[in-house]
Amino acid sequence: MIEISHVTHRFGEKEVLKDITLSVEQGEILGLLGPSGAGKTTLIRIITGQLVPAAGSVRLDGHDLIGAEKDIYQEIGMMMDHFGFYERLSCYDNLKLYADIYRVESDRIQEVLQWVGLYEDRKCLVQKLSKGMKGRLMLARAVLHRPKILFLDEPTSGLDPATTRKIHDLILRMRQGGTTILLTTHNMAEAEKLCKHIALLHEGKIVEYGEPKEINRRYNHKNKLVIRLHGGRTEELPNTEEAAEKVREYLMNRQIETIHSTEPNLEMVFMELTGRSLKEE
Amino acid sequence: MKNAYIVFKKQLKDTSRNMALCIQFVMYPVMAAILESAVKIDNMPEHFFAGMFAVMHVGMGPLCVMTAVIAEEKEKNTLRILLFGGVKPAEYLLGIGTYILSACMAGGVVFALLGEYRGKDFLVFMAVMASGIIVSMLFGAVIGIYSKSQVSATAVATPLMMVFAFLPMLGMFNKTIARAADLAYSQQIQLLFNHLQAGTAIEPKNLIVIGINFAIAAAGFTYAYRKCGLA
Repeated sequence: MIEISHVTHRFGEKEVLKDITLSVEQGEILGLLGPSGAGKTTLIRIITGQLVPAAGSVRLDGHDLIGAEKDIYQEIGMMMDHFGFYERLSCYDNLKLYADIYRVESDRIQEVLQWVGLYEDRKCLVQKLSKGMKGRLMLARAVLHRPKILFLDEPTSGLDPATTRKIHDLILRMRQGGTTILLTTHNMAEAEKLCKHIALLHEGKIVEYGEPKEINRRYNHKNKLVIRLHGGRTEELPNTEEAAEKVREYLMNRQIETIHSTEPNLEMVFMELTGRSLKEE
Repeated sequence: MKNAYIVFKKQLKDTSRNMALCIQFVMYPVMAAILESAVKIDNMPEHFFAGMFAVMHVGMGPLCVMTAVIAEEKEKNTLRILLFGGVKPAEYLLGIGTYILSACMAGGVVFALLGEYRGKDFLVFMAVMASGIIVSMLFGAVIGIYSKSQVSATAVATPLMMVFAFLPMLGMFNKTIARAADLAYSQQIQLLFNHLQAGTAIEPKNLIVIGINFAIAAAGFTYAYRKCGLA
């Protein structure tokens, strides 16, 4: 559905994307993870035709994006933080404008407003909405015309946990409906929860790609069990049959307070690969 | 064409809630109406205030509103979404332009009534108003396209609209300023209104200068649009 092939881009002398190749299948959520400045938003801008890459190509639903007809945008929905609203218009009026442009029936506006939980606030001016409500309205606008492909740039950045959970549910429902989704985030929990595949981006380069759990397993170099015993003592045992008797003994004696594996999370994998945190500014 | 109508409707709704822009449309017609009825000075030309404020209305309102609308859309990236949705730049400009022209021409009707223009004179007055409004809109569009934010757009638009709006009035009191003002379309519009009031023939120079101003604004607009695009 989305094919990115050898995309490179520069801002002046600085190469911000280096030979990026990725593909996303229909109905899949791909997460682009990386700290600020890694090139996530630049890549999204290129995929959505807002920037022309210095080299490489992008194909959406079989169409070459560079030089494509504007009709391709009928198939794309975008939720990007820098895309604003008409602040003096209501939620409904904003969506009505886009519904008219996309030639979408008016009933669909009510449907998406109910879907994102803003139907009761439909007459509220956008300038009076909270950040979380604006986020949900952005998602409503992005899906209004039933796009096949959805681009979400940091969809939950700066939102409270309750709104984040709502947006996650909405994204998962879109995926169940067959929408292909590409999202950028620096929130590893979000990526693990939503994405089938993730690509870790660092200084414009993909440093790792795969299924989140599989990546975590791959970087579990220690492969140990960490057991915290009552009394505060912590013991690390190899995750092999040799440790079975010891673990059994602890269990029989009811000495175990907590037990974990040393499998890293995506944050730790990223640290190992780049020496940087995903949350670094 | 349907998209132009959609943009027109959007702008009508949006501007009706934007007090700063609404004031631009009604300020000079209201001031003219008040002063026409309240101030009577011996030897003052008939309907002096209607003509003077009509020129200010032409030089200031369309330029200011066009600049503000485009700059705000660019700053908030709302225009980009319209273009993604399939609205062509020409449709957008037609929608916005038709709205601003209509709103300013509504003010023009007030000036025409205050100036007691009837029949053919009414039509000529409105045509002159329209020509000036279109030139102002083009200058406004150039500034809006070039500007990255509303603040920077206002910083450029304000002195320009002051020049176009107030130069004809200042030219009444100073011959040197009047000579400089002769190059501005707003001054020629003032002279055309004077001819209409006095019932004297229009001079070709009036139309030529307005035409040259239009050509400069149109060329500036084309250059700005090709260089920067709309969004």
